Amino acid sequence: MAAASFTAAKFLAPVAARSGGDRAPFPAAGAAYARPRRGAQLTSLRPALAVSSDVLAGSKAAQAAAAHPGVTREEALELYEDMVLGRCFEDMCAQMYYRGKMFGFVHLYNGQEAVSTGFIKLLNQADCVVSTYRDHVHALSKGVPARSVMAELFGKATGCCRGQGGSMHMFSAPHNLLGGFAFIGEGIPVATGAAFAAKYRHEVLKQSGPNGLDVTLAFFGDGTCNNGQFFECLNMAQLWKLPIVFVVENNLWAIGMSHLRATSDPEIWKKGPAFGMPGVHVDGMDVLKVREVAKEAIERARRGEGPTLVECETYRFRGHSLADPDELRKPDEKSHYAARDPITALKRYIIEQNLATESELKSIEKKMDDLIEEAVEFADASPHPPRSQLLENVFADPKGFGIGPDGKYRCDDPMFTQGTAQV
Amino acid sequence: MLGAARRQLGSGPMLGQVLRRLRPAAAARGYSAAAKEMTVRDALNSALDEEMSADPSVFLMGEEVGEYQGAYKISKGLLDKYGPDRVLDTPITEAGFTGIGVGAAYQGLRPIVEFMTFNFSMQAIDHIINSAAKSNYMSAGQISVPIVFRGPNGAAAGVGAQHSQCYAAWYAHVPGLKVLTPYSAEDARGLLKAAIRDPDPVIFLENELLYGESFPVSAEVLDSSFCLPIGKAKIEREGKDVTITAFSKMVGYALQAAEILSKEGISAEVINLRSIRPLDRAAINASVRKTNRLVTVEEGFPQHGIGAEICMSVVEESFEYLDAPVQRIAGADVPMPYAANLERMAVPQVEDIVRAAKRACYRAVPMAATA
Repeated sequence: MAAASFTAAKFLAPVAARSGGDRAPFPAAGAAYARPRRGAQLTSLRPALAVSSDVLAGSKAAQAAAAHPGVTREEALELYEDMVLGRCFEDMCAQMYYRGKMFGFVHLYNGQEAVSTGFIKLLNQADCVVSTYRDHVHALSKGVPARSVMAELFGKATGCCRGQGGSMHMFSAPHNLLGGFAFIGEGIPVATGAAFAAKYRHEVLKQSGPNGLDVTLAFFGDGTCNNGQFFECLNMAQLWKLPIVFVVENNLWAIGMSHLRATSDPEIWKKGPAFGMPGVHVDGMDVLKVREVAKEAIERARRGEGPTLVECETYRFRGHSLADPDELRKPDEKSHYAARDPITALKRYIIEQNLATESELKSIEKKMDDLIEEAVEFADASPHPPRSQLLENVFADPKGFGIGPDGKYRCDDPMFTQGTAQV
Repeated sequence: MLGAARRQLGSGPMLGQVLRRLRPAAAARGYSAAAKEMTVRDALNSALDEEMSADPSVFLMGEEVGEYQGAYKISKGLLDKYGPDRVLDTPITEAGFTGIGVGAAYQGLRPIVEFMTFNFSMQAIDHIINSAAKSNYMSAGQISVPIVFRGPNGAAAGVGAQHSQCYAAWYAHVPGLKVLTPYSAEDARGLLKAAIRDPDPVIFLENELLYGESFPVSAEVLDSSFCLPIGKAKIEREGKDVTITAFSKMVGYALQAAEILSKEGISAEVINLRSIRPLDRAAINASVRKTNRLVTVEEGFPQHGIGAEICMSVVEESFEYLDAPVQRIAGADVPMPYAANLERMAVPQVEDIVRAAKRACYRAVPMAATA
């Protein structure tokens, strides 16, 4: 712990000097974090926990609009329904996991729904989303049916990837959901490539859509922002002016590694201007603010003006995965963000602005509950993949399995996919 | 120039006259219909050119492929012809640009990603394996990845340990990849065209020392629709006493060894594997059933190498046909040294193949010091 306090103290100096104190810090965590270094000029001791909003309080950089932008009733209800869908789904995943219906690595998105909903609901079918292993809710927001995602998690043949991908590898070609990647940072170059393809289609193949370029969103976390591929892609996306938005879901923790302990300069949005693109910080617990920033970033990309880096300050209410005991995060940090639950915040807004009644919202919640129940029943009732599926889809061209002892291509043998595993 | 030659193709003598105009230096030789010679470099260049011309979704990216005309001049002239939108000079960002190629392939384009050498592919290997090779499977067939990763592989001359490794065994290990190893100009043209047209990720392992070598090519090879099937080996030389399998540069060495062996009364059959994954086990086993003896030759490190897999395939399918243990010739089990004499010792030489063949035929000579 001594090391942690030293590191934390190193960050306090720049943080404290810059913050004007107009944002009330959440309660002090205790002396362990607040020990100052000798000689450091500190105006106040602040626990270095959630850094983003504290840091931003005094900064002069681009910030999202402080006031809430307007939203119509239909839009508000669409956003509410999508966030409730995500929350219900993830809660059900936890239940199913502890009942043994789901297995392996499962990473839940509770608390971060505003980012997924705020961005993805602005996209068309032709726009692409690339995610990480925390991808269930991105899939749902992009339009993949809940029953397909649930069946995939159960490992059934009716899953969106026929049970071959699993929790961390959600793909859906019709929805342009390009994964689902287990490796940190892996999705960023893939997303950059999808954006490259959109530009190539427009400029080289002369296939233009009516709305402008198809946009790609890359979602990834704070830990990924220290990875080399991230910087390589910021460079190339800006160099080639690709229609991509890099969306950082900064939930402050990479498993048990605090963002502050891993990052020399924790303000991720600043890394955008270093590569020549705008970098924006937004409150990721407020879906309307996210949506406002997303609108502008997506429109920029569509017009061909190039990429944007958007850092969303958000929080995951559960552990890194269902196997994570989540012992390192302080209870007051968790309660601070629980009080900023995006769903209750939107609910409050909708009711205060008279966009809908409480009972209408309750009926949406019930509708989503029923949808998820139905998804579980569907997944339960679905069959496991047949043996013959084991060898399918390794190649698009199964001649890749080569030539058998009889001199013919193995895939031409009608018994080939019966799971003999003689390849 | 090539186009003009092709248009005038017809009977043999006509071809000869055309070629004499184009290649005066070659006029001294006797002519047959397969007299045209082509370097591996030109073969690759022409294959890239033709495939890019035929399909506008094919594009090339890599370091120095554009303005520098290719680090080894393989992509010479392509930038001028196709422009910077289709021939992309990338920054030095293997992980990033390989992933970008994969993402573009996810969306239906057909990228050719060049690695200056395959040693540098290690910086991108996560994308080659995890987001390219496995994607068709993880997505249950929704997302195929029609991408080619190409570049020089294996030892060059005096380039040291970090520039000399052979990656055939590494990539051939992975389901979802196809791994090709051309030897001659015909192989280079046919296999590269097949790779570009293939809907799956293909690792195309060239060899820097072969780029400048010339091989005879027939009119059929020069045709723009020429293509070789993936997964079929070629019997470069027929024989009946011992089978020698090789790929890439080692095919040339094996052929030289076969020549030496024939003078000593041993008739060696040389198989040019052409395709490491899928391996043409049928051809290898058919040959071993004929000759009953096998020598596998590869340039890379011996442990878990190509020869190990070939030996196991033969043991599984043709054990009763073996009259002698399988002999494995591979590079020395050391990082490649720099000094020229040590480097020579670290890479198989023709004499090593000859000795191995003799051992397989029980005409043993004492084994030289092998690392």
